[in-house]
Parts: sequence; C-alpha cells; structure tokens
Amino acid sequence: MENAVSGLTKNETHQQAGLSAWLNVNTHYWRYSSLLIALVIAIPVLVVFAAWLQPAGDVWAHLANTVLAELLSNTFTLLTGVGLGVLLIGTGLAWLTAMCDFPGRKFLDWALMLPLAVPAYVLAFVMVGLFDFSGPFLSGLRAQGFDTVSFPEIRSTAGIILVMVLAFYPYVYMLARLAFISQGRNLLDSGRVLGLGPWAAFYKVALPMARPAIAAGVALALMETLADFGAVSVFNYDTFTTAIYKTWMGLFNITAAAQLASILLLFVIAALYIERRLRQRARYETDSKSSKELRFTLTGFQKLFAITFCSTVLIVAFVLPVIQLFIWAWEVIAQDLDSRYFRFLFNTLFLGLFAAFLASFGALMLAYTYRLRPDRFTKITVRLATVGYALPGSVLAVGIMLVVVWVDNKFLEVIQTVTGLEIQPILTGSILVLIIAYVTRFMAVAYGPIDSAFGRIRPSVIQAARSLGAGNWKILWRVSMPMLSGGLLSAMLLVFVEVMKEMPATLLLRPFGWDTLATRIFELTSEGEWERAALPALALILAGLFPVILLIKKSRDR
Amino acid sequence: MRKLILSSILLSSLLGTISISVAAADKLVVYSARNEQLIKHVFDAYRNETGTEISFITDKAAPLLVRLKAEGKRTPADVLITVDAGNLWKAEQDGVLQPLDSKILSKNIPASLRDPDNNWFGMSVRARTIVYHPGRVKASSLSTYEALADPKFKGRLCLRTSKKVYNQSLVAMLIARHGEKKTEAIVRGWVANLATKVFSSDTSVMKAIVAGQCDIGIVNTYYYGRLLKKDPGIKLKLFWPNQKTHGVHVNISGAAVTRYSKHKVAAQKFLEWLSGPTAQRLFADSNMEYPANSSVPANRIVQSWGKFKQDDMNLVQAGKLQAKAVMLMDRAGYK
Repeated sequence: MENAVSGLTKNETHQQAGLSAWLNVNTHYWRYSSLLIALVIAIPVLVVFAAWLQPAGDVWAHLANTVLAELLSNTFTLLTGVGLGVLLIGTGLAWLTAMCDFPGRKFLDWALMLPLAVPAYVLAFVMVGLFDFSGPFLSGLRAQGFDTVSFPEIRSTAGIILVMVLAFYPYVYMLARLAFISQGRNLLDSGRVLGLGPWAAFYKVALPMARPAIAAGVALALMETLADFGAVSVFNYDTFTTAIYKTWMGLFNITAAAQLASILLLFVIAALYIERRLRQRARYETDSKSSKELRFTLTGFQKLFAITFCSTVLIVAFVLPVIQLFIWAWEVIAQDLDSRYFRFLFNTLFLGLFAAFLASFGALMLAYTYRLRPDRFTKITVRLATVGYALPGSVLAVGIMLVVVWVDNKFLEVIQTVTGLEIQPILTGSILVLIIAYVTRFMAVAYGPIDSAFGRIRPSVIQAARSLGAGNWKILWRVSMPMLSGGLLSAMLLVFVEVMKEMPATLLLRPFGWDTLATRIFELTSEGEWERAALPALALILAGLFPVILLIKKSRDR
Repeated sequence: MRKLILSSILLSSLLGTISISVAAADKLVVYSARNEQLIKHVFDAYRNETGTEISFITDKAAPLLVRLKAEGKRTPADVLITVDAGNLWKAEQDGVLQPLDSKILSKNIPASLRDPDNNWFGMSVRARTIVYHPGRVKASSLSTYEALADPKFKGRLCLRTSKKVYNQSLVAMLIARHGEKKTEAIVRGWVANLATKVFSSDTSVMKAIVAGQCDIGIVNTYYYGRLLKKDPGIKLKLFWPNQKTHGVHVNISGAAVTRYSKHKVAAQKFLEWLSGPTAQRLFADSNMEYPANSSVPANRIVQSWGKFKQDDMNLVQAGKLQAKAVMLMDRAGYK
C-alpha cells in the first residue's frame, strides 16, 4: 500500500488493508489456499492464451477482410441490448416483489426465478419454433386471412436480444431482490424523512446501495451472453463466439480459434476491472433487518402495472415455452421415455449438487480471503479464479482436457519408468475432472452472490467476534455464515442450475456412460431433432424447478 | 476420523471409473460424432453377434479429435466415427488414424467413399439434394446446384447456414469441379436468390418451403424422410440435380481405426462388420441414409424417391477444400 497508515482514518484503513489490519489474525493459510484454487482454475485458461505462441495462418486477414466488422458490431449490439434489458427487467421485478405489495406478489416472488431453469438454447428454439414464418402463430394468422409478410421477424437482432434477456434476467432479479430485502426499509425511510420522494428515494438510496449486487447480476448475464453458442446458433446470429467455433470447426484452425477466444477473455477482464474500479471506494454495509411488514402497498394504476409487468415476463419467459415443450414432448413420450431417464436425472442432479457445494465452498474461501486482506495479491487471485465463465464452453472444455491429459501422461510415464506397468489414464474420463471443470467454469457464478453478501456485513460485527476471541474459521462459520446464508444459497442454486444446463464440458469430459439430460438434448439436437429434444429439455427444467423453488422460499422466510 | 473415512470413500468413488475404463480384449472404445440414437443400436447388434462390448462417448467431431490427439499413444479409443468426410480427413492429417489393409473393406466400400490410403471408410451415404414445392415449382425448371444461382429464382430459395459442414462439403466439391472463381459466383448467386435469412437446420428449410416463405431448398434426404414419416402428404418433392453432369453431392458418415488402438485386430473386424449387410441395413433403416455398400438395398421409402447418379469424386476433396469453402462463403456473404 502506498498510503501511510498513520494518515488515514479507521474506515479508510479498513478499506485498503482489510480486516486483517486490525483483527490480528493469520492470513497466510487463507491466501495460499485461495491462490491454489485460483491456479487450478486459471491454468486451463492460460492454455488457451498459449495459442499465441503458434502462427495462426491467414485466418486473421481473412476475418478482417470479410466478417469481422459485422460480428463485432453484432456482439456489441447484443451485449448492449441484453445488458440494458436484464438491468431494467431484473431490477424492476426485484424492486416490485421485494419492496412493494400487490395481489399475487407472494407467488410472483418465487415464480419469477423459474426461467433460470430454462436453458437459453431451449428458449431460443421454442421461440423460433413458435414465432417463425412457418410456426403455429404466424401460420394460424395466415389461415385467418392475415398477411404476415410485414410482421416483425423473430429471427432478428431484436428477437435474439429478447430471448437472452428473458433467459438471463433471473441473475439480476435474484441478486437485486436479495439486496433490496436485506437493505430493509429503514434507510429508505430516512431518505424519505430527509425530503426525498418515493422515486428519488429509490434512485438515490436503494439503487446505489444495491449496486454491487445488480452489477454482479448484470456481469453474469453479459458473460453468459458472450459465451453463448447455442441460442445464437438457433437464430443464426453471428457473434464473436460463433466466429471462434467456425474458425475451429470450419477452417480447422484451432490455434486461431484459441487466439480469438483469448481476445474475448481479455475484453471481459477489462470490463470487469473497470466496473470494480468505478465502485471501489464505496461501502455497502447494512443492518440486516427483514422488511417483511414494511412494503409499499401499491394501488390503482401502479398496482395494475405491477401485476401486468410481472406476469407478462413470467408468461413469455416460462409458461409459454413450457407449454410448447409439453406439446412437443407429448408426441414422443411413448417412444422415447424409458428407464434411462432415471439415470440421466440422477447423473444430472449428482453432478449439479457436487459442483454447487465445491464451487460455493471455494468462492467462500476466496471472498473471505478478500475481506481479510484486499491487496493486489488477493485481487489477482480472485480475478484469476473467476475468468472461466466468459470463455465459450467448448474452448474452456478443451483447455481443461489438454491440462488433464498432460498431467495424466506425465504421471503414467513416471509410473511406467518406476514399475514398468502400462496402465490406463487415471484423471481423464473421471468424474473428478468433470466436477473440477464445472468449478472452473462457474466459480464466477458462485463468487458474485457470496462477495456481494459479504459486502453487506458490517466490519464491526466481525471486529466484535474477534475481540471475543474467535479465529478465522469461527468468524467465517459462526459469525459470517448466518448473515451470508442468502448469498450462499443463491450461489449454490446458480451453480447447480448452471451445471445442469452445461453441455460442452460434460460432453467432452464425462466418463463413459455418464450421460446427463443436457447431453441427451445434444444427442437429439445435433441431427436437428429439436422437437424430440423437448422431452429431456422439459425434464431438465422440471428437475431445476425443485431447487429454485426450495431456495427462493428459504431466502424469503429468513 | 469419520470425516477421513467419508472423504476417502468419496474419493475412491470419484476415481472408481478407472477400473471400468481398463479395456479388456473383447472390448472396444469408440469416440463417436454420430449421435447415440443413430449408433447405439448398431453397437448393441455387434455385441449380440460377437460378444464384443463397446464403450463410447459422443461429442462433436472437433473436440473428440482434440482429445484423441492430446491423449496420443495412451488414448483408450480404438475407433473414431464421424458424420462427415471433412473431419475424417482432418483426423488423418493430424496423424491419429491408421491405414487398414482389408480386402473386405475394399470390396464393400466404393473407392470414392473412402480415403485413398485407406485411413477411413464411409459407412453410410448422405445425399444432399434439391427439395421443392410441387405446386409452385415445375421440376422441369430445375437442373443443377449451379443453376440455383440463376436470377429467375430470385426470392425463392431457402438455405441452411454455411456453418453446417454439409454445406461446406457441398461448396468444397463445387470448388473441386469449377475452381474458386466460378464457385464464388455461384454462391453469390444463391445468396442473391435467398427469400429470407438462412436457417439453422434442414428441417426449418423444408418447413419454410411448405409454409410458402420460399419454393426451393437444398437438404439431406434423410431429413426429408423424417418429415415424410410424420406427414406422408407433405407438399414437398425431391429433385436429383446434376444428372447430366457430375451427379448428386453426397457426404458420408464414416469410421476409422485410431493410430494407437490397443485392439487393432478387433477394431478392424468391427469396421469390416460395419461395412457388411447387417450393419448396412441398420444404417439404411434407422435413419434412412443410403448404405455405402451397394449390394445392400436402401430402405423401401428411400427407394421410392428414385435412383440417381451420385458424384464419384473422392470425398477427400471435401476435407482438403473445406477451409477454402468456408472462406469463400464468408466472402460471398453466405452466413
């Protein structure tokens, strides 16, 4: 730290040196454990960067001369549209269900989380299936004598943005909702007492206070957007990510593809860095008090608006797609549904749960280490540990696979030299590697909610615990944990659902026979049988519903 | 202590797959880009006939290939299966396949459907042909792929995305016939004739034709077969183009033995069996593809679409020229 500690007030000291400065606790153990987690995660990503050591041929010149400008502008448009969309819809919905009261609120409060269980590629397919020229909606209108030629096309920029907003707004909704709930009404009322109107109180008090949570949610949605390949493929909307796949699979140039992917990643790292810089100086601690009884009761036009807005989002993002999936699934259920689905379901849930626990535990360690001592070392550690999310899934999967196979080969060489035995690879094709892959990919998902929950704990609470003699573990488990439980549950839920939906890493790294619902969807869609894929897609959504409902209810009862 | 026992149980269960993945003599491991429901019944039939157990994973060809390459001589995989020739060509270029000297394979699989050096073999044939709406298009107005670039089809053509390997292979074979310059003019003509944005699947192309968004498209025949099965009265017909010139463009779903297979003899036997009547009939009936072995008849429905002359240029061209084809389509604005 360049500042001399003596010149700072107590709060400033806390800001820059972290808890450890005045808690007098040992931080080495935490710092190095966190670094270890970060390295395991970062190495596969660094492998992607290693592509720069090799020549990529004429691919760059080709891209620059042909499609690069368009796909950069497409990517930018998509990010802007999805970013604004999830910000407005996610925050708006969260405000309404967390701080206001209107008929149906209790139901919508958790129901609005349900779209999280719908994979973006499934939503994209359903929307195109329903609203394309040959779909039932426009065909039905034509049968009634309407001329649908001038109707807006679903397979358009607006269409893909709409689908992604509907698929990704739950990230923002979930985190913003939690932030609003834990803020309580006290602060808001103070604002009102000081003469702010209700809107001004929202803009000047509630929103800035919830900013870390909202920013974390939007960041997740944007990274998901950047890495998406499934939904944009259905829309045939060319982005940076589709170019990566095309370079790899069409041009047979994996080096250039990895170079493109690393540029994508640099872009994400820069964006996250800027966002964190912008809010570095602010503090967000609150008194965690439930605001159950203190909601704003909406009346008249406001009530009508709230009900219409919330239920429209729910219907378009969830009810409609699920009904359509039911209709498609019904046609194939007799021929396709068999006992294998138990296995698919078990595998899906097992992998999801396991990865959710592991990722949340890792994120908790990272976040606590960051609270202890947020110096450059820890900041880099955290940054390293959360970079995997923005890489397109297949690229990251290949990065992990290369590392794992390399480790395996080295290990087997040693075994062979020492014992003379020729044995099979140990890590490659084991469940452990698959789980590590999930943690690598979804650490950012777990870290966001936990970090923003940490940000809301007053340091004085931890200070008090320390002065009563609690060590690091005790501070974390006994003191922080109860206050973190909302964030922790969110983290686990998010990772769980993400893992359930994950496709590329599961395909490449799963052990023989470890098919999941998501790989089942792949099997059917890879030869275009999207309607038949409705069955596993529906099973996936239904399986995802259970944890979504459970956890959202828990976070409300708290 | 209890924690220790618990975690060791957990760890051993996580790594427990080791014992399963140790391959015995009567076992084969397959990396397959052909998806499960189009290949598993073939594996099952082979097991019932010979007792050989087959473990497999499915994925897209590209990641499987990277894995095969990375695993090197320690790969558990004996056989690689793909759904196009381009990826088999790439696998051969990457040095992960081995040539087979098999009289049975040479006899069963025509020369144009296998690697000139016998590194890979086409097992089923996928014809990519023209489909049209019989009410709005006269078959006599259709002739070749090239002719679809004619301005008389302006606003009437529907195509699938150029990102799909089937289109990349088609354009690669056009380059092999006509050279890049002429092919680019053809592809530009197609793009100019498009009725709407390109689609993400062959099925969507056909549905758009039925719905009246366009009149003509290019699709693989088995997708047509699938739609026909659902709706026998569907207003769509196949047209076999280029019958007076080089014939209908075909691709393959093919198989190869990996370079470092530990069960080379068993793997070769499996491939020979794949080229034989039992497996060929399975390929033909389950997905309505054309058998690569010409002594095996196609499925009855497929036969009813008529006989046609197929392009007999070796499919190795599809792989060699694929990157050129992709770049060409980028230049021509074919998305």
